[in-house]
Amino acid sequence: MANIIKRNKALSVNPLKASQPVGGSLACLGFDRAMPLLHGSQGCTAFAKVFFVRHFREPIPLQSTAMDQSSAIMGADENVIEALRTIAEKSSPELITVLTTGLAETQGCDVQRNIKQFRDRYPQFDRVAVVAVNTPDFSGCVESGYAATVYEIIKALVPDARSAGTVPGSRKRQVNVLASAMLTPGDLDALKQLIEAFNLRPLLIPDLSESLDGCLTEADFSPVTTGGTLISELRSLGEACATLVIGDALQKSGELLQEKTGVPSHYFSHLYGLEANDNLILQLAEISAQPVPPRIERQRAQLQDAMLDTHFMLGQLRVAIAADPDHLHAFIDLLQSMGAEIVAAVSASNSPSLSAINLDTIKIGDLEDLEQLAREHDAQLLIGNSHALASAERLSIPLLRSGFPLYDQIGGYQKTWIGYHGSRQTLFDLANLVIHFAHQDIEIYRSAYAQKPETELARPALCH
Amino acid sequence: MKSTKDIAELLDEPACEHNKKEKSGCAKPKPGASAGGCAFDGAQIALLPIADVAHIVHGPIACAGSSWDNRGTRSSGADLYRTGMTTDLTEQDIVMGRSEKRLFHAIKQAIETYQPPAVFVYNTCVPALIGDDLNAVCQSASEHWQVPVIPVDCAGFYGTKNLGNRIAGDAMVTHVVGSREPDPLPADAERPGFRIHDVNLIGEYNIAGEFWHVLPLLDEMGLRVLCTLSGDARFREVQTMHKAEVNMMVCSKAMVNVARRLQQKFGTPWFEGSFYGITDTSQALRDFARQLNDQDLSARTEAIIQREEQRIRTALAPWKSRLAGKRVLLFTGGVKSWSVISALQDLGMVVVATGTKKSTEEDKARIRELMGDNTLMIEDGSPRALLKVVHDYQADILIAGGRNMYTALKARIPFLDINQEREFGYEGYQGMLELVRQLALTLESPVWSAARRPAPWHGKPIRSQQTAPISAIHTGLA
Repeated sequence: MANIIKRNKALSVNPLKASQPVGGSLACLGFDRAMPLLHGSQGCTAFAKVFFVRHFREPIPLQSTAMDQSSAIMGADENVIEALRTIAEKSSPELITVLTTGLAETQGCDVQRNIKQFRDRYPQFDRVAVVAVNTPDFSGCVESGYAATVYEIIKALVPDARSAGTVPGSRKRQVNVLASAMLTPGDLDALKQLIEAFNLRPLLIPDLSESLDGCLTEADFSPVTTGGTLISELRSLGEACATLVIGDALQKSGELLQEKTGVPSHYFSHLYGLEANDNLILQLAEISAQPVPPRIERQRAQLQDAMLDTHFMLGQLRVAIAADPDHLHAFIDLLQSMGAEIVAAVSASNSPSLSAINLDTIKIGDLEDLEQLAREHDAQLLIGNSHALASAERLSIPLLRSGFPLYDQIGGYQKTWIGYHGSRQTLFDLANLVIHFAHQDIEIYRSAYAQKPETELARPALCH
Repeated sequence: MKSTKDIAELLDEPACEHNKKEKSGCAKPKPGASAGGCAFDGAQIALLPIADVAHIVHGPIACAGSSWDNRGTRSSGADLYRTGMTTDLTEQDIVMGRSEKRLFHAIKQAIETYQPPAVFVYNTCVPALIGDDLNAVCQSASEHWQVPVIPVDCAGFYGTKNLGNRIAGDAMVTHVVGSREPDPLPADAERPGFRIHDVNLIGEYNIAGEFWHVLPLLDEMGLRVLCTLSGDARFREVQTMHKAEVNMMVCSKAMVNVARRLQQKFGTPWFEGSFYGITDTSQALRDFARQLNDQDLSARTEAIIQREEQRIRTALAPWKSRLAGKRVLLFTGGVKSWSVISALQDLGMVVVATGTKKSTEEDKARIRELMGDNTLMIEDGSPRALLKVVHDYQADILIAGGRNMYTALKARIPFLDINQEREFGYEGYQGMLELVRQLALTLESPVWSAARRPAPWHGKPIRSQQTAPISAIHTGLA
């Protein structure tokens, strides 16, 4: 049980957190022909767009209700309605999510009402799904904004079993997956392959591996997403035989989906490390009533071998981590299973699941907190997003880049962390980062009596 | 190429206990069941830490290609030893008899590019077999460029790694030691009641810089280390080894011929000791004082020992409870066995068995002294045999050379590497702290139980969910 230390300073220095609308947009980008619409000023969207473009290195569809001075004061209902109409008309999307920002929420917007007004006024766009989500900037983080959006999309677009007449298990091989914000497109691909290995058909909600996987498409331009979960597929969620819910943040969504459809939800906090993946594979074997394929058995044994090989570097390693709550949980579990010591855990925001983590304290804070804690406890490795690099450099320790955003490396968004295979690669990456740094080299000692050559006498220490 | 007589002389080592049985110095490798290195390997390991020398391996790529820069020995300055150099002989060189010429040019290149104080040329099997005259090439290169070029005639097929160590030592005594007088002492080094004594350490390799845990103590005692053969050594230091008042053979008897020949040639007494463990480190310091027969030094040494022992015992206290009673199988290939046993016993650990394949009779006697007569001494170092001992004697950890690491890991047994390639220094009082840290790291790691854990679906019938009603699926899986 972790003791959560809340923010206790006025100034956030080197922020770790990205805002809820960013998370909400990310969720929306995992649906096909979708457009996230941020209800706020233009800057809210512009910054979010740059954030995503730098991370994914892809064009990102993202729109704004473009609130200005007068609409900020006089009411911005028209901005929402107008924005929805424009997008629906110009881009003919399947889904628009209206994500509120700090400005809109402070103003006191009612986006649900705005959508109703839009429907009344423009019935010709009825086939465009529109979902409003409250994602104020001033609470939560990427993960919670993402989770709230998944929740609202299920609430709005998945019909309940009674009205739609869906029967759980009528699609015998279909497994729904509510995919956490911590899963990269690479992770989602790996997860789909694992599920398919049991002759099951995965349906991911949302599915960034179809939209932001860095794929060169035939079309030269699309104003909306060009892949992801099909909105039409949402009707079929109620016919699946099971739902896998990855990440504690999506638990509410999993419960809602089960309540609506009767399809049983199975919960996984994360998919990092041996134990988490054992649980996943066991569950898949039971759902599919099929034996575990030899290939997966082999991958499991490979992970075990990697654990033994890397424990020399990772055992007792003092690690400092900064991440969103579920992601933090995943890394802590993985590293603790290797005997590493988590000397600093900083979460971007609070979440009920944090207190369940097996660690003395978790700090809600920023990268300055991370840096201070890391320095205080003499951390040997940092885990965080690209912003943490400066801290790592000041601390003279290596950084494992993970999370949002990753702007100073190529392909970070695509890396696979999960499954036996991905966990193994993560262990290798961790071990490689510290293999030359983790232990303190014995300091060179020069005897005053030694007969070393004169050329060496004034020479500074050479370290191999 | 060395003649059979040369080799027989090297093998006949009067200072080695093994000599009593057969004049072989050490066991003959057995075809089909041999795991040790060759004479070239042994010679290169013994001399490579001499940091400012250009080490040229004369042979095809196999010899240097798979062995250069793979050791953990460290230098405080010069680093030419980390530059791999080989003549990389080709088929043409060998068939057309061009290898001597190539060697000559290789030496030229090394001297012109790196200006080393000396060049060591290691002979290997192929040139030995085709009859390259290593000595002649080295001598003429030496004369031509006025740089000492030392032949180390250590073709692999001459024998074991141990023999290679001796060949290396022999080459140093024959060609290098005595070719320069030591530097004068710094002017203010001595004062009344504080005499500086010159000493050598033979067989100290400064792995991971571990000798730097010990050297400050020797400085404090007033011992000038003329040369460590060969950790962090320089050519000019090796040249002065003849002037030491006493030599310490560190841990191993591999280069015992050096100590013996220095005694024969220059009358230098020697003793054997180790810097692994508290007990042995203190003993080694005492032995220096005793051998040097300096009252003042003895008194100062005792004070240093008392201070250091107290300091390290306090620092070790919290770790001891975590390690005491843990059972260790020690398989070092022999030479370091007894010194490491003492270090482990200092920590309250139980050594259940030890490898003695390469130990001398004297090593074995010392092991019996430390561990009692019932100690299991393992001669068969095959992976299968080692694992059997681990299981039979319920060892908690295998401590061995890196080569055995993956044997242990595959069998899911905690492991500590104590061989030359390791990255951690365990010598001296301070080294004990690193040793306990590494022991605890692996012994207490959660990965062992994870690696032994069977997959949860094994031994569990997979239930079919397909025909069950929804409610049953839910309760069944939740």
